[in-house]
Amino acid sequence: MGLLNIFTKPTPSLLRLPTGSFSVDREGCVLIGTLPSSFPAPLIDDIAQQVLALFREAAAAQLPLSEVVINYPSLKITARELRGGAIVFLCPKAPYATACLN
Amino acid sequence: MSARHKILLLDDDPELLEVYREILERLPSRPEVFTATSGSRGLAMLEGEPFRLLICDLKLPKMDGLQVLSIVRRKYPQLRTVVLTSVMDEQFRSRAYALGVDLFWQKPDCEQELQMFLECLESLLGREMEGGFRGVQSKSLVDIIQLECISQSSSVLRITNGQASGRIWILEGEIIDAEAGELNGEQAFHKILSWRSGNFESLAADTTRPRSIFKSYNGLLLESAQAFDESQNAAQAAAPSASGPASPLAQLSQVEGVEFVLALKDGDDAHPVARGLENPQHMSAWMRENLERFRELGDRLHAGPLEHIEGLGPQRHVALARQGQTEFCVGWTHSLTTAQICERMKEVLALWVS
Repeated sequence: MGLLNIFTKPTPSLLRLPTGSFSVDREGCVLIGTLPSSFPAPLIDDIAQQVLALFREAAAAQLPLSEVVINYPSLKITARELRGGAIVFLCPKAPYATACLN
Repeated sequence: MSARHKILLLDDDPELLEVYREILERLPSRPEVFTATSGSRGLAMLEGEPFRLLICDLKLPKMDGLQVLSIVRRKYPQLRTVVLTSVMDEQFRSRAYALGVDLFWQKPDCEQELQMFLECLESLLGREMEGGFRGVQSKSLVDIIQLECISQSSSVLRITNGQASGRIWILEGEIIDAEAGELNGEQAFHKILSWRSGNFESLAADTTRPRSIFKSYNGLLLESAQAFDESQNAAQAAAPSASGPASPLAQLSQVEGVEFVLALKDGDDAHPVARGLENPQHMSAWMRENLERFRELGDRLHAGPLEHIEGLGPQRHVALARQGQTEFCVGWTHSLTTAQICERMKEVLALWVS
């Protein structure tokens, strides 16, 4: 019956915003994470790069930061600085949510 | 005869497109319905001619519906957008609304649902064509509340002032409850009434809301007016008589916990305005770069427009946000928590709007 699968139309899928965390070193390499494998690696790298750049440039602007929280209507990104690298938490916000742990 | 509205219907199922085309063309306003089976085709059609409404599925090949809506939000802010999907997931609903869609609707599976969907579409199409009076720009919140109460209405008024927002529940002309941030009841009502400007919308009545306010609306409005007069008198007494009105940034820096305020208007990168900051140039470049960087990241993640960024440091905390045409960087004393910064940042932005 598997032959029939050849004729079935591939179903488009939607990308979910994941809940989880990952850590990244000072070079921007992701070391370890709990994000689902369905979440694209380039997007994880993207988040890591932006967060590291924020920490780096804040220090250069004489405003060293140990933690940043980036708020979007449907996602909260929390990043803590770790000796030049960072640990990043992603927490999607549910509609009407009153609190988001992390 | 007025021109017919154009609707663009985007779905990867050609059969469904045909069915919906026939249904939509029978709407009372007789719109012209165009269809596309992919996001890229749909975007190309939007470039070609002005559409009134885009109805978009979420699951599309290559470019998904959220990507399409993200592009549409930026390129065609006037276009009304509706998501019509079989995906019933709160996260996607939330993200779609964050992208500014007017309506998120599950594909109807019965005649009644279809009828309701069509009524909503007709309402969206006709919203700016209907008669009646719109625009209450010069009306104060007191006028709006009096109007609702005198007419014995039941509604929920949602009031926004910058990033702060509140709600007032009105049941048959009586104010029964209010909510503003962490405040409830009368305190919340007076807080909302202290806002000098903003927007409001009237939502459907909530008859199940427990009553926490028992005073008459006249009594509540009188109390708010008295509190406002007293605060004005106190401010006048405290202000140095020789100086003119305080600058907007000076007012912002009065918010408890603020260490510095930096404001940068669009197109005026060379002239940041700051208070409590010695060298604003460097900081303003950092602020602009990061707000832009994370706005773009939000677009790539389809998480909606960036709200604000909070940074916690050993010496001081900082929050970045955008309000209208101005970007802000506010320094906060390091004893504040992120929740407090978030709340007070809303206060700062509301003050700026006022």
